[in-house]
Amino acid sequence: MTAPGLHLTRVGGARRIVIGSRSGRLSLRMPFRSALAGTGLLLVSLGVSLVSLTSGDFPVPVADVLKSLIGQGDAGTDFIVQELRLPRVLITLLVGAAFGASGTIFQGLTRNPLGSPDFVGLTVGAATGALVVILLLGGGGFGVAIGAIAGCLATAVAIYLLAFRRGVQPFRLVLMGIGVSALLEAANSYLIYRAQLDEAVAAQVWLIGSTNGRGWTEVTLVGVAVVVLLPIVLYHGRHLDMLALGDETATLHGVPVERSRAVLALSGVGLAAAATAAAGPIAFVALAAGPLAGRLTRSPHAGILPGALMGAALLSVSDWLAQHAWPGGDIPVGNVTAALGGIYLTWLLVHERRRVA
Amino acid sequence: MASDPQCRLASPNHTTSEGWKRVTAGTGVRPAPASVPPDGEPDQKPASRAARRWTGLAVGIALLAGAVALSIAVGSRTIGLSTVWHVLWHNDGTPEAVIVHQLRLPRTVLGIGVGAALGLAGTLMQALTRNPLAEPGLLGVNLGASTAVVLAIAFLGVASPAGYIWFAFIGAGLTSVTVFALGGSGRAPTPERQVLAGVAFTSVLGAIVWAILVSKREVFDRYRHWDVGSLADRETSTIVQLAPFIVAGVVLALALGRQLNALALGDESATSMGAKPGRIRALGMIAITLLCGAATAASGPIWFLGLAVPYAARMFVGSDHRWILAYALVLGPTLLLVSDVIGRVLVAPAELPVGVVTAFLGAPLFIALCRRRRLSVL
Repeated sequence: MTAPGLHLTRVGGARRIVIGSRSGRLSLRMPFRSALAGTGLLLVSLGVSLVSLTSGDFPVPVADVLKSLIGQGDAGTDFIVQELRLPRVLITLLVGAAFGASGTIFQGLTRNPLGSPDFVGLTVGAATGALVVILLLGGGGFGVAIGAIAGCLATAVAIYLLAFRRGVQPFRLVLMGIGVSALLEAANSYLIYRAQLDEAVAAQVWLIGSTNGRGWTEVTLVGVAVVVLLPIVLYHGRHLDMLALGDETATLHGVPVERSRAVLALSGVGLAAAATAAAGPIAFVALAAGPLAGRLTRSPHAGILPGALMGAALLSVSDWLAQHAWPGGDIPVGNVTAALGGIYLTWLLVHERRRVA
Repeated sequence: MASDPQCRLASPNHTTSEGWKRVTAGTGVRPAPASVPPDGEPDQKPASRAARRWTGLAVGIALLAGAVALSIAVGSRTIGLSTVWHVLWHNDGTPEAVIVHQLRLPRTVLGIGVGAALGLAGTLMQALTRNPLAEPGLLGVNLGASTAVVLAIAFLGVASPAGYIWFAFIGAGLTSVTVFALGGSGRAPTPERQVLAGVAFTSVLGAIVWAILVSKREVFDRYRHWDVGSLADRETSTIVQLAPFIVAGVVLALALGRQLNALALGDESATSMGAKPGRIRALGMIAITLLCGAATAASGPIWFLGLAVPYAARMFVGSDHRWILAYALVLGPTLLLVSDVIGRVLVAPAELPVGVVTAFLGAPLFIALCRRRRLSVL
């Protein structure tokens, strides 16, 4: 393919969009519907973010927000938009994307819709790390983030080693995750049990997950993770569908099975760790993003990019709801995602049941 | 479940396959004719097997007695066994007598009740779902009870455990029905699917609970002390109020033994033998609800006891549910009391709540079970 740029092509009856370099050495192929859905989700995320930037105790007109964003606003607007609201909006987008990508990766690797980081114990491990820092070491801010990342990585290694027995069987990975997270949950409730009430409440709010009161440090943290890891997982993510067919088939089709899996898993852990460190273990975004994106793109396995965009869209909508839907004011966004997740899970299980019957 | 063929073909080391044989044999996958006892020791005569089971039960009861003695004697102030025996019958107002009668005795009685309840509930759940991983904690029944209790405390102003208990029953009952229905449906209701359904349901409930709690400080304070799972500082009146429910659940569970044996052959065989699977399940659910609801209301959610107890019982007695239930009734309290004593000794003079101890003892068992080559459907 020598034509540069973007063109629409038909492969096996399905319309695809191909973006290629002039030489044709690099190209990104994507089903037309995925591209459409991805664009839609991106627009939703950005649109909600813009609304979030304008609304609050001091409403700022859209035009002023846009002016401030390109550096031509007045000082008052700049303060409200850039210092107060922009970090939260960026955190929401980035954390949503990181959770969405990480969830899609693990659901693909474990071939199980419940194999997302919240279920295989990664976010629980991150929570344990953070609780140790908050309650035992008395740290805050950056220390909590480091604790969360360390906890997440340690848990990932432990689960992998426990599940390893002549190779890692995906389902065993999920079950090991459940076992390890039960253990860590007990440790977490003990840490909260023996703390002072004020500290315990603070720790619990962290455990629910919130984007409130986060600053540019957290934005940088999760931003770096997304910018570095997302391209890597997108590059290796093209093997995810092939890996789902089983190791032998994937090897026969020339997929470097072990390497792809290791890179994807490590990057997924990194994304989940960074997101949790920045905003706490927000429930259900990682679980729901992949399958919802898959439904939207009408493909059995959502790509990682649509998953990430779905995560960003889900979390920005939830965060807007958390700020404005409740009469009492700001509630932690984790509460909103948990409620939405409950609805989603019920629907999923009922749907599954109906399909069987 | 896609299983790695290499993994299945490769013969594991000897001990594992031995242990594996014992477990499959004990699961009641196939009805074992009388000539081939389910223990996998064909040369053994039925009479000697019964004798062995009775001996085992006697040993179990002796262990339980030992655990009770430890639970009364050991603590931040350890009391000699002879003193314990003396003050037990003569409440003479000495500090030892006060400790024994006010603190240790209620705690031990509660431990016996909760341990028996959770052990039997786990056994019933495993028998009804034919799932070796079924367990009140993992399948979310305990948390279902907790959720209902939290809702009651937060919105209805219920303050006493006597009030909790009804909500705990409602929560436990609804959750067990829901999780059984969700996990038991589907193309292939495997043990793992059921656990996943339970975990998924649990996390939704947990999210609801914490969402409520964070806005209500005093409820949160009460809840965090209860959520960790502990036998300490429970009032005698609570124990007295909960006792009838636990006793009723225990009696119902033990009465179901024969019918569970029939159910283990599959619904069709059971029906042809005159058993009524639907009725057995309904009665089993009632027993589970009574046992889990009462145990959770009393001590908070305690994990993994319901997993470990039936597993250990099957190792000793094979697949006969009458015996498994009897052993569970003895092993459950023993394990819980020993865990409680460990929690008191380990970080003395402070205490580890028993829920933490059982999680740290039980999670490795769960992990070991899952590391087996494959999980049989009971």
